[in-house]
Amino acid sequence: MKYSDIKEHLGKFKVGIAGAGGLGSNCAMALARCGVGKLIICDNDVVERTNLNRQYYFEKQAGKLKCEALKENIELACSDVIVEIHNILLDPENIPSVFSDCDIIVEAVDNSETKEMIIKAVQATMPATPLIIGSGVAGWDNTGNLRSRKIDDTLYVCGDEESEVSDDLPALAPGVSIVANMQADLVISLLLNIKR
Amino acid sequence: MKITINNREEEFDRDKLTVNEMLELKRFTYKLRIVKVNGKLIPREEYDSTYIYNKDDVQMLYLMSGG
Repeated sequence: MKYSDIKEHLGKFKVGIAGAGGLGSNCAMALARCGVGKLIICDNDVVERTNLNRQYYFEKQAGKLKCEALKENIELACSDVIVEIHNILLDPENIPSVFSDCDIIVEAVDNSETKEMIIKAVQATMPATPLIIGSGVAGWDNTGNLRSRKIDDTLYVCGDEESEVSDDLPALAPGVSIVANMQADLVISLLLNIKR
Repeated sequence: MKITINNREEEFDRDKLTVNEMLELKRFTYKLRIVKVNGKLIPREEYDSTYIYNKDDVQMLYLMSGG
């Protein structure tokens, strides 16, 4: 399949991204570069200098809302992608409305309890929408254990499902970006199999 | 009974197991996980009241902080 055909096909789809940190910012950027037509990005955090070791932001954006900074960065790279941003804290009530007609949703938050909440909400209210989780991104020298795994038609997981962040095992640009890009690769693989 | 856990067949010397009993027998220790039985997501509060029977398909994934 030629890139021009891929871009034309992906342009018909809308992907939701829950979180604009290390996973979300890198995943969104990859999806935009591939040609996904519309991205819905939710995050209520601001860019901090400590985020710059792994998140797709720049020093001058410190203090800015992540969803606004990410929209800015995506539009610098790919001005034809439509980026819709929501500066909100996701909860079980707002998840079905902000992501309502997304073709696929990417879970890209950092906290495991929030990951659980998102999985429960999406599977309960949008049972037909595939959800791609990131789990186990911390550390280094571990790329051989990072994988993407299908649970069923509606749930996929990328990461090693083992490495949790801690003071001595931080999330760093290589590991987080690899998992974010595995999520993006899975998104485009699924979308390329949908006829539209 | 025989069930599959993450696509691997596992045998237990029991007719049925609650989700919690299965997790204890298999020594699955990570604190946060998602469990689906035959495609249905089982909430944590129902791990003691949900039974797994012969030929059931159990899928689990572990949730690790970081992103």
